[in-house]
Amino acid sequence: MIRQGDRTVYNLDWVTVLIYFVLVFLGWFNIYAAVYDEELNRNIFDLTLDSGKQLLFIGSSMLIIIGILNLDYKFYDSFGFAFYGLFILILIFVLLFGREVAGSRSWFEIGSFRLQPSEFTKFATALAVAKYLGSPNVKFTQIKTQIISGIIIGVPLLLVILQGDTGTAMVYGSFILVFFREGMSPLIVAIGLLAILIFILTLVVSQTVLIISLVVLGLIAIGLSIKSPRTIVGVIIGVILAVGMVKSVDFLMTEVLKPHQQKRVLSLINPSADPLGIGWNVTQSKIAIGSGGFFGKGFLEGTQTKFDFVPAQSTDFIFCTIGEEHGWIGSLILIGGFCLLFFRLIHLAERQKSNFSRIYGYGVISVIFFHFAVNIAMTIGLFPVIGIPLPFFSYGGSSLWSFTILLFVFLKLDAHRMQVLMR
Amino acid sequence: MNEGRRYIVQGLIFIVALIFLIKLFFIQVLDSNYRLAAENNIVQKIVEYPYRGLIYDRHGKLLVYNNPIYDLMVVPKEVAVSDTTDFCNFFSITKEEFESKIAAARRYSYIKPSKFIGQLSNLEFAKLQDKLIKYKGFYVLARTVRSYPQNTLANALGYVGEINRRQLRRDTTGYYRQGDFIGISGIEREYEDVLRGKRGVSYKMVNVRGVEKGAFKDGSYDTLSIPGVDLTSTIDSELQQYAEYLFEGKTGSVAAIEPSTGEILALVSGPSYDPNLLSGREFSENFNNLQSDTLKPLFDRPLMAMYPPGSMFKTVQSLVALQEGVVTPEEQIYSDGRLIGDLAPNGYYDVKRAIRLSSNNYFYKVFRRVINQNQDDNTYLDARIGLEKWKSYINNFGLGVRLPTDLPTVKSGYVPGIEYYDRMYGTNRWKFSNIYSLSIGQGEVLVTPLQMANLGATLANRGYYYAPHIIKSIDDEGTKRDVYKEPIWVGIDSVHYPIVIDGMEEVIQFGSGRRAFIKDIAICGKTSTVENSQGADHSGFMGFAPKENPQIAIAVYVENSGWGGRAAASIASLLMEHYIRGEITRPWLEDFVLKGDFLY
Repeated sequence: MIRQGDRTVYNLDWVTVLIYFVLVFLGWFNIYAAVYDEELNRNIFDLTLDSGKQLLFIGSSMLIIIGILNLDYKFYDSFGFAFYGLFILILIFVLLFGREVAGSRSWFEIGSFRLQPSEFTKFATALAVAKYLGSPNVKFTQIKTQIISGIIIGVPLLLVILQGDTGTAMVYGSFILVFFREGMSPLIVAIGLLAILIFILTLVVSQTVLIISLVVLGLIAIGLSIKSPRTIVGVIIGVILAVGMVKSVDFLMTEVLKPHQQKRVLSLINPSADPLGIGWNVTQSKIAIGSGGFFGKGFLEGTQTKFDFVPAQSTDFIFCTIGEEHGWIGSLILIGGFCLLFFRLIHLAERQKSNFSRIYGYGVISVIFFHFAVNIAMTIGLFPVIGIPLPFFSYGGSSLWSFTILLFVFLKLDAHRMQVLMR
Repeated sequence: MNEGRRYIVQGLIFIVALIFLIKLFFIQVLDSNYRLAAENNIVQKIVEYPYRGLIYDRHGKLLVYNNPIYDLMVVPKEVAVSDTTDFCNFFSITKEEFESKIAAARRYSYIKPSKFIGQLSNLEFAKLQDKLIKYKGFYVLARTVRSYPQNTLANALGYVGEINRRQLRRDTTGYYRQGDFIGISGIEREYEDVLRGKRGVSYKMVNVRGVEKGAFKDGSYDTLSIPGVDLTSTIDSELQQYAEYLFEGKTGSVAAIEPSTGEILALVSGPSYDPNLLSGREFSENFNNLQSDTLKPLFDRPLMAMYPPGSMFKTVQSLVALQEGVVTPEEQIYSDGRLIGDLAPNGYYDVKRAIRLSSNNYFYKVFRRVINQNQDDNTYLDARIGLEKWKSYINNFGLGVRLPTDLPTVKSGYVPGIEYYDRMYGTNRWKFSNIYSLSIGQGEVLVTPLQMANLGATLANRGYYYAPHIIKSIDDEGTKRDVYKEPIWVGIDSVHYPIVIDGMEEVIQFGSGRRAFIKDIAICGKTSTVENSQGADHSGFMGFAPKENPQIAIAVYVENSGWGGRAAASIASLLMEHYIRGEITRPWLEDFVLKGDFLY
């Protein structure tokens, strides 16, 4: 055990560890800045402040890291499905008995301690996807593989949607990136992107206009490829599917999404439609970030984030504080830091000998990247406001722990990559 | 396999990062609108407080209105007073006070306004207006406080105060905010929902220095405040004031009800206080003084004080016995002073004579018949059956239960049942001889003056009452709550009332209540001299007038004032005369009451 531990420490990718700590501590300072009140003059360790509590979460993350590094690396491979099953059961349990916070029934309460199991299900799902796709004879080109992979991410996605937490549910969609790396046809990705485009157009353009133009486009395409009957059939099916999608998006918007979610989607298209409701958040968030200028106002000097103009300033909107106090340079450093992490992780993933480790690595990248991209996009008004945290930065125990577990399990696997026989 | 795709993933990450940086460069560096927006266009939410509804008496006289006052507010971040000495002189505070008030405001919030000096008068405000420009960081917020022109009915009206933490936590409607005013007792509390109105909100653009730049989006998001609804009370403020005048220097209560509607005409708690004391700048000081007063002026006696009913209870006992058929109006029962102490002479009594002379022994015997009806051979079990039945009769009169009134602090009094005596003596170990005090309204039974006035109304109506209430109309159309429109029958056949009421009339004509007699107004009543272990007996009276088409039912308790026939009957008589005739024809009786020397 000690020998193994020693080897782990020796083989651990310290570059990633360093980036992790830099990000976590930058986050900690910014949480303090977000809740800082000039007059109260409480220090960063004050346990009544979010920053004080975050330090406790950081401390407990250290314990989690030590635990992960000391567990046998084969454990994650062997128990991948077991973990997944366990967390699916917990999700069902929370759905039935959990505590409702702000419209989502996704919290567990043990005494005064609250936990969001869906945060940890991301990890379990990454393990399960890696375990399944990593097993020999599984090829992503097979329809069966595609369906089973879809089910693995679909089940938690559905359960989290049922909990009323659409934001977290969307995270499971990020595994598409893993599937792509493992050989999913780019056509599917292209169709997915096209679907998103049609989705947005449905919200912007009137339905009739959209359907007519789709049909016209289809007719033009048929006209151009008059000699190939297969293409004509394909185009006709495509147009029918697209029109069906336009119809179902309308149904989704009015029937499935809750009013506050509808508003969020709509305010993306037109933020000034509801400037004091959802649009207000985005407007204030943009004002805060925009007022930072090139160099920012300086640490603890922000005015917008401290006036309660920006909602959830220490959690989902933490990027506002960075944008306001550290300006474009600060944003550059943060985005640069994340990019370094992603490129480093891709490098690590690609050097794995076992499929399991590589696929899991891509799972980690996808999940963190999705959070990063969506969180920042929503604070600068490029994406609807969905409540997902900025990894390592946002205040909150569940979120920090889940990203820590995700990342360090991969580092543990990486540290033992030489011991794995090539499959 | 598919190793090449890593570059596509890397490319995706790179493109996303690039988009973010470009977008950020636009909003942070190139576009100065956001910076200007942050500096100039802060949207400030300004809450507009509605006027609280007014309260009128039954004849349209104003009981409660709103008086504008002005709070001096401070925003610590913006404070810049060049001449602190001048400032302190103006408000007549010391420099230390100034510093500590600023410090307190800072502790609350550096940037949010907090109250610096509360409730400036009109005059102070007028003087301040010119000076305010010099005192940066200070501004005046107009509010209103309650004012009581009639200076009456303090406890029943109640008062309003700042909402406390507990009330905030318990507010399920999510309406209230810290610093809001809320009705804390009396009508103010019961009708809080209609009185308070609805807060309005306006959004104004201000810059970082708090200078207003006009309405946000031309006020399209503003909501107007809706003023509270005016209430019309059932109180006759002249009667109320006259009753309070008679009660000066006395402890006790008056409750007067219009029998045909259940409307409360007067509700006196003595000693009372000036309601204006609990409104305005000196609230907490006055409140503490009132609360530590040994005579408990904040204790709303007509609703909350519980006394034994004493002899007035004999009216109820008669009705129950007649309804049970254990006695007939004609039956003569020989009563002497052997069973229970008695002031009535020995001799034969029927119901009417027993009420007139208040024969304790007669009611002892009658009550024994009610309790022991030989339903069971075991005298203990028999008493249980009897008491159970008796209690349900009594509860039907609204005694021992909470009357469904709109006065929130009302108490239910107490009517002991089998559970009580089981606890006291052990199950099946008590019988009539343990509970006979109830027959004359002493012992464990307790009532409030309002319940006794309601008993008077029930007798006046010959069998039913309307739940007593103090608000006649919740809007201009005279709407009252539906529960007050339905008569509540007490379960005694109307044939049994005339004999009891005749007895009550004789009480005034020839009995213990002679002092209350008024020529031409047939008063029916019953006096009580309530035994009091702590001091002199309480003087009590319950009755109604006139006998036919009663207009007023009344109950009076004067604490430690001896015989019911003296203090309480006199006060009740004067009030009845005042209400029915509008004038007092017996100045000597008024003098007697005002002198207040009732014992001996």
